[in-house]
Amino acid sequence: MGDIRNSAFLFALGCVVAAFVTLQSLVFIAKAWREGKRIGLPAAAMRKTLVSSAVFTIVPSAAILLAVLTLAGSLGLPLPWIRLSVIGAITYELPAAETAAQAFGASTKSPILDPTVFSAVAWAMTAGSVFAMFLVIFFVKRIQGGISKAQSRDTKWVSLLITAMFMGLISAFLGGALAGGAVSILSLATSALVMALFGLLIKKAKLPSLESFAMPVSMLCGMASAILYSRILEGGAK
Amino acid sequence: MKPRSPKSYDETIHRDGRIWMVLALVVTQGVPLAISLHYGVWPPLGTFLKGFLPTIMVFWPIALVEVATFTPMLGSGGTYLGFVTGNLSNLKVPAAINAMQQAGVEPSTKEGEIVSTLAIGASSLVTNLVLALGVLLMSYLVPVLESPALKPAFANLLPSLFGALGVVFVSKNWRISVAPLSLMILLFLAAPSLPVGILIPVGALVSIGAARALYKRKLLG
Repeated sequence: MGDIRNSAFLFALGCVVAAFVTLQSLVFIAKAWREGKRIGLPAAAMRKTLVSSAVFTIVPSAAILLAVLTLAGSLGLPLPWIRLSVIGAITYELPAAETAAQAFGASTKSPILDPTVFSAVAWAMTAGSVFAMFLVIFFVKRIQGGISKAQSRDTKWVSLLITAMFMGLISAFLGGALAGGAVSILSLATSALVMALFGLLIKKAKLPSLESFAMPVSMLCGMASAILYSRILEGGAK
Repeated sequence: MKPRSPKSYDETIHRDGRIWMVLALVVTQGVPLAISLHYGVWPPLGTFLKGFLPTIMVFWPIALVEVATFTPMLGSGGTYLGFVTGNLSNLKVPAAINAMQQAGVEPSTKEGEIVSTLAIGASSLVTNLVLALGVLLMSYLVPVLESPALKPAFANLLPSLFGALGVVFVSKNWRISVAPLSLMILLFLAAPSLPVGILIPVGALVSIGAARALYKRKLLG
């Protein structure tokens, strides 16, 4: 059997997965839009959410594409494309693929040409996601029920609780970035500074139309500055 | 006969979310199954488990924490959709936070539920489009994406994303942020290779503890 990694069959499977995710996203957007209208959210505000979230997503999506590319050398294009379109994240996919390949005496550092090893890697990357899906099926309703109950007792505390959860997530990533070295810290500081400037322009200069672009532009400035800092501090592109 | 009144969003979101999640389970697990059936290749179970078990021993507890932490943040619709489309902590959660912040709505409210679901939906569509176009145009994109000049930019995507998001959240909730941020900085200075995924729940717990203490002392306005 030849190299199956980039076969038409696998590309066809990729198209099915992409179509499924697209359909689900459209159905959920439509459902939320209808409910938003029913509870009196202005259509313009909902449209703004859609547009600004779409703009916000472009750059991180390019990074996800880069992750597809990272895995494509060993696994071909369709499998990483599938895995990073549905449930996946590079933080899971890469170690899952590597440990599965290693069990068969192979590695994702070189092309996986043996169909049996390739199928083992596909199974490992995919089956690992089953647990989270079952948790969502069985527990999301309960968790939301718990939140609603807590809200009926103390609305303000529940709002603070969720803000605190956000802060936990943000702190972990900020801490991680600060430990990433000088370039990482300076990129973080640059994007924070640009975002703060946007905040001033939006609030003090009364330019609310900038809101949709504030986050993506700040992010891009942080990333662009990383190129500059790495040249200055490390003497080249690192 | 009396016409049946249409069911409300709250009544249908969990039913629909679960149906889509079961379908996603079939579609995702169908991929390796289709590969094995089509090519007649089945990895020997013993060897497969040797590679599979170590990974899930690390990642399944993380999944447990992610479901518990992200569900209140994203709301029901956002959770059912976000957990299917993936890339949660590096994209969908920040996208939902950013959208709720811009719209001036709180998570776990009716408005937050709608805004979060719309944001995750739009984000998923764009990621899907970028990936599909990227796969189609890969031969043209490889030189750009892999160019050494752009490497530091992509390597610093997350610091840039969370720097911008952080300044908004820390400035609005600086009292809550002091404890988790100090702890994370100390932890990462002591052990820079710590995985961020594992530290999210630690940060969340410390942050919740700090918020509770401040709230009880009436220090949060």
